[in-house]
Amino acid sequence: MLEIRFHGRGGQGTVLASISLAKAFFDSGFHVQTFPLFGVERRGAPVEAYLRIAREKIFIRNNVHKPDHLVVMDAKLLHSTDVTQGLKKDATILINSPLPPDNLETYSGFHLSIVDAAKIALANGLGSKTRPIINTAMLGAFSKTMEMPDISHIKKAIRKEVPVKQDQNVQAALDAYDSVRPV
Amino acid sequence: MKTVIEGSHAMSEGVKLSRVQVVSGYPITPQTHIIEEIAAFCSDGRMEATFIPVESEHSAMAAIIGAASTGVRAFTATSSHGLALMHELLHWASAARLPLVMGEVNRALGPGWNIWTDQTDSLAQRDTGWLQLYCEDGQEALDTTIFAYRLAELVNLPVMVIMDAFFISHTFEPVSIPSQETVDRFLPPLEPRIALDTDNPFALFQMVPPAFYMEMRESIQRGMDQALAIYDQVEDEFEAEFGRRYGLIETIGCEDADIILVTSGSATSTARQARMELEARGEQMGILKMKTFRPFPVQTVQRALSGAKKVAVLDRNFSFGAGGIFAQEIKSVLQPLKNAPVVFNYIAGLGGRDITTETIISLYEQTKERQAPESAWDWVGLNPYDHQPS
Repeated sequence: MLEIRFHGRGGQGTVLASISLAKAFFDSGFHVQTFPLFGVERRGAPVEAYLRIAREKIFIRNNVHKPDHLVVMDAKLLHSTDVTQGLKKDATILINSPLPPDNLETYSGFHLSIVDAAKIALANGLGSKTRPIINTAMLGAFSKTMEMPDISHIKKAIRKEVPVKQDQNVQAALDAYDSVRPV
Repeated sequence: MKTVIEGSHAMSEGVKLSRVQVVSGYPITPQTHIIEEIAAFCSDGRMEATFIPVESEHSAMAAIIGAASTGVRAFTATSSHGLALMHELLHWASAARLPLVMGEVNRALGPGWNIWTDQTDSLAQRDTGWLQLYCEDGQEALDTTIFAYRLAELVNLPVMVIMDAFFISHTFEPVSIPSQETVDRFLPPLEPRIALDTDNPFALFQMVPPAFYMEMRESIQRGMDQALAIYDQVEDEFEAEFGRRYGLIETIGCEDADIILVTSGSATSTARQARMELEARGEQMGILKMKTFRPFPVQTVQRALSGAKKVAVLDRNFSFGAGGIFAQEIKSVLQPLKNAPVVFNYIAGLGGRDITTETIISLYEQTKERQAPESAWDWVGLNPYDHQPS
């Protein structure tokens, strides 16, 4: 079983990203379970979502305390939140950011990947400069970074889950797939 | 084929498939998603039902009591303070012998204000004459909703279908949604024995003097007895259509186990994982999952626990001055047995505190180490604080 923790802010589509990714994994033959950290939702407040994927049925039903990997939707959270709390050794951390974090030593022992999801979102007409809709770009970047699920399942999940601008959202995922890079 | 959906929406699907005709609703976290989805079904025509938005949970229950009194299938859902506000009308619904089904998402009562899971809200309604069925995951929430209508309409008593806040209600997971045809075969249209009719007016629920009241109460109990008596048969019919059954209780590896954990709701699922981890270490922990709390399946529980040496009851609820609520029931059903197992009561996970596999393994280990409980109940994982009286 793999446990993935998403860090984002309310309104960024963090929970939707986790659900879409769950559906893409399910589509590719995994057992899945996803849920938000159960807080009171407010736009702009830090939010967390959890995703479990496994080849066998998932019985465990509690919060994720020791994730295998992280998805960080907002690089500014790196300064305000201890995102690596409980993170397992050798974890991959996927960050939405144009630049690598400046305190790289904090992340020694982990694999960092960055993608400028905000820029990709804007180039595809998703959201505004102050509020880009980055979740579909992050799904594309996830598929490349983790080498799963296959990008075809991501495309299918986006077409199923995202109600508007489906072509643009799929394109954002593909652009992020092509441009995400390890630090 | 399975679909990845949220536990709340799994219940909404169950309501739609049950061809419910009247739904009332008042929003309260964490129940809101159930009613919200049903409202969408009603507005876009996926469900042919009248949706009645109301101004309180008391009115939500009153509205479906009225609807069911005219002989239609009705539903509402609530949580916590909403359920508490309904309390008066819960008694009314059962004494009026209305086959209502209500979704109830377990949430703690305030203050301290808390939206997270805790079973005390539903268990505090144990004497209202409602059947209570506790679910472990989204699939069970969907299945039990459909099953509940069949059972309710056979015994003329209302049924509460209960799931944990967030750990079930807001969790997306693969759920098999049955076809309308199979549900229609399992759940025929409601044929009410009594229905208010404006063309043939009459009055229901008049004053009942002492000479008749006790008989009416005893008749409700006979409805509860009947529910226990026919439960297996209704599950046979359910399994024939859907290939799944849950039982009044479920026992997992209890036959040869010296220690049996009694649990309910989503903690059962985590306990299954803990059991597998213990097994890998050569330890054997049986699990008794309590699905039905009302009626309490006395003989079934007695049979399941009679061979054990120790029973650890995990209660995500608390009755002040008395202990865990499931533990009280378990102690009372074990009392007549010779060589009854020793009961350990663990209070854990109140107000949404996590119950992990580690929590459950530690309860097993404590139970194994001790000959007898050191206190009437243990608060699991309590943070240290100043107990000095002021």
